[in-house]
Amino acid sequence: MAERKIVVPGETIITGEDYLPGNGTKREDEDIVANKFGLVDISDRLVKVIPLSGRYIPRRGNTIIGQVVDYNMKGWMIDFGNTNKGFLQVSEVPWYINKNELLDHFDFGDVLVAKVDSVTARGIDLTIKVKGCGKVEQGILININPNKVPRVIGKEGSMVTTVKEMTNCNITVGQNGVIWLKGDEIDDELKAKKIIEFISENSYVDGLTEKVKEFAESLGKSKSKKTKKTEDESVEDKE
Amino acid sequence: MVEKSSYTKREDGRKMDETRPLRAKVGIVPSADGSAMFETGTTRAIAAVRGPRILHPQHMQDPRRGLLRVTYGMMPFSVWERIRPGPSRRSQEISKVIEWALSSIVDLSEFRNSVVDVFIQIPQADAGTRVAGINAAVMALAHAGIPMKEMISAVAVGKIDKTLVVDVDKEEEDYKEGEGSTDIPMCILSRSKEIALLQLDGKISPDDLKKVIEMGKKACEKIHEVQVKALKEIKE
Repeated sequence: MAERKIVVPGETIITGEDYLPGNGTKREDEDIVANKFGLVDISDRLVKVIPLSGRYIPRRGNTIIGQVVDYNMKGWMIDFGNTNKGFLQVSEVPWYINKNELLDHFDFGDVLVAKVDSVTARGIDLTIKVKGCGKVEQGILININPNKVPRVIGKEGSMVTTVKEMTNCNITVGQNGVIWLKGDEIDDELKAKKIIEFISENSYVDGLTEKVKEFAESLGKSKSKKTKKTEDESVEDKE
Repeated sequence: MVEKSSYTKREDGRKMDETRPLRAKVGIVPSADGSAMFETGTTRAIAAVRGPRILHPQHMQDPRRGLLRVTYGMMPFSVWERIRPGPSRRSQEISKVIEWALSSIVDLSEFRNSVVDVFIQIPQADAGTRVAGINAAVMALAHAGIPMKEMISAVAVGKIDKTLVVDVDKEEEDYKEGEGSTDIPMCILSRSKEIALLQLDGKISPDDLKKVIEMGKKACEKIHEVQVKALKEIKE
């Protein structure tokens, strides 16, 4: 974390030909200018702006959690809180599907973990041919502000790993702000829920990981004494 | 031939090129995607942004870009005599004017078939409501994460008798002596310093107009600072 300052649209972030404009920025002659409101992130030569507020905008490679709202001959429509619904093609499901029995696989209201395959002018294409994707069964779903997802995940997944270790839960974080918690005991799931709500409420505090650990200890020890799961399936991706 | 202006001193002791006390706050409507309040003196504007979301009716959808839709309204109690709530001839015109000013900065090309709604309400009015509305709306749009080329700041300049002033209030707007009052709402882009809105109600000579626009540009810089400060203060 080299530089973390907030910029407004039209503000010059940095001057020089050495830098490349990324998301939320634009080159104007020598300067790199923000065209979104948010935090500046400079990694190597790439300058980008991470939004602080507003709606979730899907990008390629994002993991999302959404609900089946419609289907047709070619696949399912998935609503994940964006203006446009995502489309999951039959061919993007890793097993054979008879096209007459689409609803036998995913019915209306089923919740899926999926990855954004492409965002084009036609729409948003999803895939579940990736590890960790598929139907959500059992566990708890919680909603948080999509802009706080990076804080919940932490740097290279550090925060979510901490929460997993403390609660023995499997946690899948969707970039659209939906989080799926699955543990062996319901108490573990509720504890993980409380911790994640704590993170999203205190996302701007310094030294958050330490505070989260303190908060988790105040909630008491985890009941299931089982050793940590080795098959960590949850998908984390960096912003 | 230099005639003295009858308007030599402002009622509230301001300098001729001084704005009323400015105040701004971001994030005042929690359910909206972005919101802001802007206040100059006793004129106050609240703006809330909702969207991007799917546009209905469907025939208005544009598959190439999103649509910006502005709704301006004054609250019934915002002025001395109650005004009827709901759209009026005046409020519809102002909505369109604000929409045009804002569409010069927002870039909705990635929000196909959708709409970004901007709602502006005036809880307290003391002249200059459309410029206060623009100032609040642009902060709310930034807060909603809408891509924008740059920010925008607006101020109402004017000529009271023969005196050029910045940030006209209601009393000055109703000034009758001499040449009366001229009201010029104007809007300046923060980076390129281009003019996005310029309206004129009254009479003014070209020389005076140039002078008063320069005064307005300086005031807009101050307003821009207030807007930026309010945006940078939020912690989320």
